[in-house]
Amino acid sequence: MDAIISWIGENILFIYLLIFAIYLGTEIIGKVPVVLHTPLMSGANAISGVVVIGGIILVRLTPSDDYFGLLIGFLGITFATINVAGGFAVTQRMLSMFNKKKKS
Amino acid sequence: MYSSITDLCYLISTVFFIIGLKRLSSPKTATKGNALAATGMILGILTALFGALGGEPVNNYGVIAVALALGITIGLIAAKKVEMTAMPELVSLFNGFGGAGTLALAVVELVGYLSGVEASFGVLLTVLSALFIGAVSFTGSLVAFGKLKGIWNEKLKLPFSAYINVLLLLIVMIALIYYSINPSAISLGFVLGLIFLSLFYGFSFVSPIGGGDMPVVIAFLNSLTGIGAALAGIVYTNNVMLFGGILVGASGIILTVLMCNAMNRSLAQVLVGNFGGTSSSS
Repeated sequence: MDAIISWIGENILFIYLLIFAIYLGTEIIGKVPVVLHTPLMSGANAISGVVVIGGIILVRLTPSDDYFGLLIGFLGITFATINVAGGFAVTQRMLSMFNKKKKS
Repeated sequence: MYSSITDLCYLISTVFFIIGLKRLSSPKTATKGNALAATGMILGILTALFGALGGEPVNNYGVIAVALALGITIGLIAAKKVEMTAMPELVSLFNGFGGAGTLALAVVELVGYLSGVEASFGVLLTVLSALFIGAVSFTGSLVAFGKLKGIWNEKLKLPFSAYINVLLLLIVMIALIYYSINPSAISLGFVLGLIFLSLFYGFSFVSPIGGGDMPVVIAFLNSLTGIGAALAGIVYTNNVMLFGGILVGASGIILTVLMCNAMNRSLAQVLVGNFGGTSSSS
């Protein structure tokens, strides 16, 4: 219990920031029209691929002879990059389909 | 100086995410919003590649370059080839990969703790939660993908699945807290068991949900992946991961609720609607 309380005490500013960020996230998309639900989901999904940054940092810090760490880091980067590249590309396709429909 | 510039680049990248999401939620600016978010991501990745690190860098650029190239190629080809009608399941599949990425990071961290790296309560709870969430969003997204694609049997359902799921969730929660307070009790068996249980939970959580509700479930799992990324950001003390993840997590939950409203369903109906086994949809 002490561990929990002292952790909260040490990270109080961080907890404030967290609450603001959560509120910001809910507020940003509060008024999205129904037609944009899927593209927005897809775009947000691409952003959740930011774990790729963690993967890159991890591999940059892994000793060159730690094959297990490198292998898992490699897989982590590859998976997250599929999420990022594919996610933004597919969102772009959805939105362009949308614009065409409107013009015709 | 070097590390301040690194931090500044991450900050700009986060701001791009915020503005990008904002623009994505309005029809006129959506295309620009997506491009802006993508630019933020590229900046973040470049910063991670060449910026300052918390320790002495080994770099291993060869490994990273191959992984990035492979991921970009697979992602772009999949996005280009997909039929217009098959987009939601592709998003789900992508989301599963994001979850797998989080899972991989958490596994490496935990292996470090197994070989004696010390960690505080907060860090341990964060890593264990990231592992759980990453694994759930991985298998959950794959099941959602399979269901939309029609590979999966629509009615595939474990007996008493709602009760089993609540029980599983409770067991995992208790284990996470117990092991975070008692780091010395963490063993290889526990780590493997937790991975297995989390992967199984993702499966048993999504499999009883009907195909018509899948878009909502995908939005929910997407939000989970965001939370997983944010947890990984705490572990790596990386702000762009943390705040990017939180943004996706928070907006994902709201989007999930909005999508439910558009279908005239409540979130509870979708997620645990088949409590007691009497499914309404047949």
